[in-house]
Amino acid sequence: MAKWLQGNDKTNDIVVSTRIRLARNIEDFLFPQMLNTESANKVIDRVRSSIIEGNTILSREFDFFRTKDISPLERQIFVEKHLISPELIAKPERSAFLLRKDEKVTVMINEEDHIRIQVLLPGLELEESWDLCSKIDDIIEENVKYAFDEKLGYLTSCPTNVGTGMRASVMLHLPSLVMTGHINKVLQAVNQIGLTVRGLYGEGTDALGNLFQISNQTTLGETEEEIIEKLKKIVLQIISREKESRQRLMNTKRIEVEDIVYRSLGILKNSRIITSKESMKLLSDVRMGIEMGIINDIDLDKINNLMILSQPASIQKYSGKELNAKERDIKRAEMIREYLK
Amino acid sequence: MLCDDCGKREATMHFTKIINGNVTELHLCEECAKNHKEFEFDTSFSIHNFLTGLLDLDNVQDSPFKIDYITSTKCDRCGLTYSKFRQTGKFGCSNCYNSFKEKLIPLFKRIHGHGNHIGKVPRRAGGVIRIKKEISRLKNQLEIAVRNEEYEKAAQIRDQIRELQAQIDTK
Repeated sequence: MAKWLQGNDKTNDIVVSTRIRLARNIEDFLFPQMLNTESANKVIDRVRSSIIEGNTILSREFDFFRTKDISPLERQIFVEKHLISPELIAKPERSAFLLRKDEKVTVMINEEDHIRIQVLLPGLELEESWDLCSKIDDIIEENVKYAFDEKLGYLTSCPTNVGTGMRASVMLHLPSLVMTGHINKVLQAVNQIGLTVRGLYGEGTDALGNLFQISNQTTLGETEEEIIEKLKKIVLQIISREKESRQRLMNTKRIEVEDIVYRSLGILKNSRIITSKESMKLLSDVRMGIEMGIINDIDLDKINNLMILSQPASIQKYSGKELNAKERDIKRAEMIREYLK
Repeated sequence: MLCDDCGKREATMHFTKIINGNVTELHLCEECAKNHKEFEFDTSFSIHNFLTGLLDLDNVQDSPFKIDYITSTKCDRCGLTYSKFRQTGKFGCSNCYNSFKEKLIPLFKRIHGHGNHIGKVPRRAGGVIRIKKEISRLKNQLEIAVRNEEYEKAAQIRDQIRELQAQIDTK
């Protein structure tokens, strides 16, 4: 079970999760792409000790992992749970991360920047996420000197992050806007006001399972609070569009929608071989069915979890051994049947 | 419909080009399309390609000095050349911001639409910067107070500014 989804007492129709990450670099070191292994290790030690040794409360909350010390499969599972990025595990010899025990905060070390603080919460929690992220940022900053410029703000490896170094994103489940073909208009509008939309796994990926990630595109010239406020306004508008669209579907095509939802549930409950792509699509239909009140006996959290657990590395962990693609498809079907029994 | 290029095989790719309202159509078979220049666009769009694309905008003027800048400018701390930065879209260290300064201001304006950070400032290292920001905020308030003829308030703000200025001077 993905821990960061736990303890979620709010109803998170439409909004799956909120994520905020801050990019920071230490003044005394070259940026990660120029670092040799020795200096990379020094960066790891500095960041690790700023949290583990610098603050007693935090030291109990966080676990420290060196990427090279965990198996490739475990690494991939962390990625599938959205706790670390694929870029971090691309350099296992030089990277590390600190993970809070509830999995809601990760501090990645030597990703594209020396430090990337990430807060991941279920539902729409932009202010709370920013608050938490900024606190961790302050604690690290007590012990290291950040690369900061009076005019340009926090200096980052990539010019797209300079300034606040902040990327705030909200993951939305928008099946009805997709089904009714309105999604493109919404996405175009979002792009026009300086926000970007991506599929589930970031840049250049498809919107698997009707999940869309909306985030700020620019990081310079606005305060963190202004960026968050703008994002929130737009997200709330998209939510109300999705709700309107669902209502209209229920008024005009109720039986067709019910048919899609129950057929998808039927396949999930009965299939013997299922790909991750297919399961994502079907899980999206069932999720919509729960949110629209068509299905009442399955928890939304269960579906959120299945969306994570049905991915390749997590499936292999579930079965306890390495599997090829076909074996995974069989195991996935088995796991989903077990979960939905 | 037969292919416009070879005239033998069936055309399966249909290409419409619109430049300043002039529409030209092209119908090609798969084989000829592969070799056709018009189709050589990069489909794997990435943010870094996009960035380097933005950087290339600087080269529209045919000046020998510009080309010189690209090949010879180098960060004196990490050794990253400007041309390497153009390729990867990533800086090698915080000093690169200084080394490539004159190229970066327009780049940041194009990416972010702004050139100045107004967000969070590091607590510990940013003491002076914080005070400066507070002073500039107070100066705005002072102006408003004077405009509204609230002279008592203005005097208070003025004293605050003096106090903060003194803090900077002693640091």
